[in-house]
Amino acid sequence: MSQTVLEHGEIVRVSGPIVTARNMRAATMYEVVEVSDLRLIGEVVRVVDDVATLQVYENTSMVRPGDPVYRTGGPLTVRLGPGLIGNIYDGIQRPLKDIEAHSGAFIRRGEKTDPLDPDKRWRFVPKIKAGDAVTAGQVLGTVRETEAVELRVMAPPGLRSPARVQSIAPEGDYAVNDQIAVIEDADHASVPVQMAQSWAVREGRPVARRLPADRPLITGQRIIDTLFPIAKGGTAAIPGGFGTGKTMTQHALAKWSDADIIVYIGCGERGNEMTDVLTDFPKLIDPRSGRPLMERTILIANTSNMPVAAREVSIYTGITLAEFYRDQGYHVAVFADSTSRWAEALRELSARLEEIPAEEGFPASLPTRLAQFYERAGMVEPLSGGTGSVSVVGAVSPPGGDFAEPVTQHTRRFVRCFWALDRQLADARHYPAINWLTSYSMYLEDVEPWWKRTDPAWAELRNQTISLLQQEDKLQQIVKLVGPDVLPDSQRLVLTVCEIIKTGLLQQSAFDDVDMYSTPGKQMALLRAMLHFYERGKAFIGSGGTLAEVRSMAIVQELVRAKSTVPNDDEEGLRGLTKRVDEQFDRLERR
Amino acid sequence: MAVRDKALTYVGTRRIDGPLVVVHKPHDVGFDETVEIQDPQGNFRLGRVLDVGDREAVVQVLEGTSGLSNQATRVRFLGKTLELPVSADMLGRIFDGLGRPLDGGPMPLSTTLRDINGAPINPYSRQYPREFIQTGVSAIDGMNSLVRGQKLPIFSGSGMPHDRLAAQIVRQATLLGEQTQFSIVFAAMGVKYDVAQYFTRTFEQSGVLANVALFLSLASAPSIERLLTPRSALTLAEHLAFDLGRHVLVLMTDMTNYCESLREIGTARGEIPGRKGYPGYLYSDLAEIYERAGRIKGSDGSITQMAILTMPSDDISHPVPDLTGYITEGQIVLERELFQRGVYPPIAGLPSLSRLMKDGIGEGYTRPDHGPLASQLFAAYSYVKQVRGLAAVIGEEELSVLDKQYLEFGNTFEMKFLGQGEYENRSIDETLDLGWKVLSLLPRGELHRLSEALLDAHYVGEKESEVQTVALGDEPAFKPLVPPEK
Repeated sequence: MSQTVLEHGEIVRVSGPIVTARNMRAATMYEVVEVSDLRLIGEVVRVVDDVATLQVYENTSMVRPGDPVYRTGGPLTVRLGPGLIGNIYDGIQRPLKDIEAHSGAFIRRGEKTDPLDPDKRWRFVPKIKAGDAVTAGQVLGTVRETEAVELRVMAPPGLRSPARVQSIAPEGDYAVNDQIAVIEDADHASVPVQMAQSWAVREGRPVARRLPADRPLITGQRIIDTLFPIAKGGTAAIPGGFGTGKTMTQHALAKWSDADIIVYIGCGERGNEMTDVLTDFPKLIDPRSGRPLMERTILIANTSNMPVAAREVSIYTGITLAEFYRDQGYHVAVFADSTSRWAEALRELSARLEEIPAEEGFPASLPTRLAQFYERAGMVEPLSGGTGSVSVVGAVSPPGGDFAEPVTQHTRRFVRCFWALDRQLADARHYPAINWLTSYSMYLEDVEPWWKRTDPAWAELRNQTISLLQQEDKLQQIVKLVGPDVLPDSQRLVLTVCEIIKTGLLQQSAFDDVDMYSTPGKQMALLRAMLHFYERGKAFIGSGGTLAEVRSMAIVQELVRAKSTVPNDDEEGLRGLTKRVDEQFDRLERR
Repeated sequence: MAVRDKALTYVGTRRIDGPLVVVHKPHDVGFDETVEIQDPQGNFRLGRVLDVGDREAVVQVLEGTSGLSNQATRVRFLGKTLELPVSADMLGRIFDGLGRPLDGGPMPLSTTLRDINGAPINPYSRQYPREFIQTGVSAIDGMNSLVRGQKLPIFSGSGMPHDRLAAQIVRQATLLGEQTQFSIVFAAMGVKYDVAQYFTRTFEQSGVLANVALFLSLASAPSIERLLTPRSALTLAEHLAFDLGRHVLVLMTDMTNYCESLREIGTARGEIPGRKGYPGYLYSDLAEIYERAGRIKGSDGSITQMAILTMPSDDISHPVPDLTGYITEGQIVLERELFQRGVYPPIAGLPSLSRLMKDGIGEGYTRPDHGPLASQLFAAYSYVKQVRGLAAVIGEEELSVLDKQYLEFGNTFEMKFLGQGEYENRSIDETLDLGWKVLSLLPRGELHRLSEALLDAHYVGEKESEVQTVALGDEPAFKPLVPPEK
């Protein structure tokens, strides 16, 4: 930030979060300002002659025309460095824990806090020597940020080559703002480096190149991994009316996804949901690292009752933090709940700016803004080498649950996974209420090579399942008209098998210790047994058996309950399912 | 809050338009500042600043603009935002939407002033609500449990018994194993006098009136006052809960009226309307109200919110219930069809939901079988709806034996489990045992969501189930009882 004293502006009008000020000719777009002597944080969103329009991130009660506006000379930035993980921030990266320490349980205005604790000391281990050549984004040293995450301190992304290390701090404990290295760049200027760096939130961080998606983000949720997989670096939307379980699904994904880092953005949603994450995650153990889930999670909480302008920016804050870890070679998953609230913030601000609205009052720039956000996802080769990715899963809350509204429609254009939540399933408390007929994933081909190595039968089993479920839907339409009795047993078998697949595979309880998370191996074992059951049943009925006999077998109940009775690591028990299908059919056929 | 030493007075206004007056060339006036307006007759009204520039200030008059004139109206800017004096003495009293006594009593003595807009609760400071509240209503306790600190609205339609249900909940709500009494804050927005009377009488009959503060902005009061009524009520609730450590139940009726007042202001200001003419910021505005519920770490108190709203033409996708459902932690939906069949309370089985139920029930809170039982009831009842659809097409006779069992289950579930008396207070054990009995009308093999262990412990068997089954069209199982004699 610039050290020169900048001229003050003077407020001429206050209308909610939008403030107009004059004497702002030198102000730049998206420059951060401090409004009135309360020093409320705001951003310049329009400049006409010497009059600037500001969007203020805090409540503007009792701000008056004539009050000063202080310019900072730079855009809105976030601080990136050790201490991000496990923290909970508001939309403009103020740690909520520190705000509580200053102002108690209710958030006061004008709070200024450091995003990263300036006093905390971290153990820095250099990975490079003085005199070594260095390029932008290269790893200079490491810091153990949590038991689960090693932070890699990188050379600034804008560094011009050829550059070399002038000096580097020896292994030891340093604060985030201590100088740990000096780099001489191409112009022979000395660039000091600290463990923490700043980055403007509205700008994507640079990468060496973008890579195609080639592996799934394993979520432990059976309907997603098996039927509608998302790739690492992929994008997905979860649309659903209220009460269909968007947040529950997002929470389950944030808990069990095999990403290295999770960024969870609570954007304009309920306060208690963030509290739920805060109380739940430290208790839950990551099955891969064996450490509490909180040790790989960053929370951004800008709940519905917090200022609307900060809600707009919270999405960018979250994804910038994600990119920072991606650049260190990590796979990061971002969960944004909900992007509709973000779009509504855009609408609210646009209306106050008196812009001409497009569809349903949303600004005409909505599709561009959505595209820009989702475009920041991807599998990349970071400047530091290797691979890293940012996957983005956005919840969408369509008014009245109607998917024809603008936010859902535009989101659909920019994401490649669509997990449509269904009111009827939710009413029957079938969770996750992802509809298997209207949902889709465009990553099937991308993740197939990975599945080929894991379980070569995946693509075939998946397609067979989808086709059975589609058949079932057609049959159900007949049943609705004339009842199930007119169908022959061979077709009623399809209904029975789909019932087993729906309850025993697609439905998954987030509260059952065994059921909440399924490894790909378990998912395939369950599905294999169910489809084998179908094959045997079809043959049995074809040779004169009846459906009633098939349904009376004990294996039916076993298949339905296996998800919560057989744990992930019980390979014997999982294989036994298919075996018992055979045994019981053999017995039936001998009769 | 920055407070000026001397309040500024302006004589004459520039424009009067609907609920708004515009003051020319204001000096040193803040956004959201409180305004005192003296009409030509000398009476005072309150207002607040909605928009202020160096040329004019737009003031919203909370008690309406009738009788104001551009020439003789005096406007005084008070140099602070609207504040409410709060104290525990306000329990047992009746106030208008701005907190001024309506019962003829004096202003309550108070040394604490709280900003009526409140401040957002830091999500980090919240404590997750967990304690189960027993309401004595099976449809709520069994299927959509309420916990202390939750915001759970009732979605109703005109003519349905939402008031009676709310009153029953107020009468019966208790915490398991605790003798704490709720302090009740009641906010009425735009409802008719007799509705307010009904609640006052009910509070009186059950002997809790001394523990209730009423904020009434009835249908006859200026509609703009309604915008402040829930905020006044919640400001007192926050004082009682977080300063004094009490458990507060806030009852607000009817939120649809509140939203209509908001729409009125938006239209008067010439704002670009959103869905059905409601302002684009309706969601954020409602969130400012509903999010003022919950528990805070380090404080003993809690705010539990029950907002009543009527869905225009029973349409749950109308913006008011829709946006409310996106903010609150579930909803109790009343169903016209059940109501017409005489089921009380007519709580719809499927669309009702309590999001916090999962954490407030089960081992240590209610009973270990509570969660799976509720889930199974939902699943079975959802299938009943399908069977009914089928029966309507092919006739009941043509249904399979199993489907007929489902029909029988469905009817019995509605009449015996959902249905109960207005003065019938069921313990959670009674509710759950009844749930098992009703479920036992179905074959054991159908109950996929219950583990074998639970079935062994609770399933009574199709034959042995003692519940009397009911056919559709039968008389309701329980006639609403008269209030017990004191």
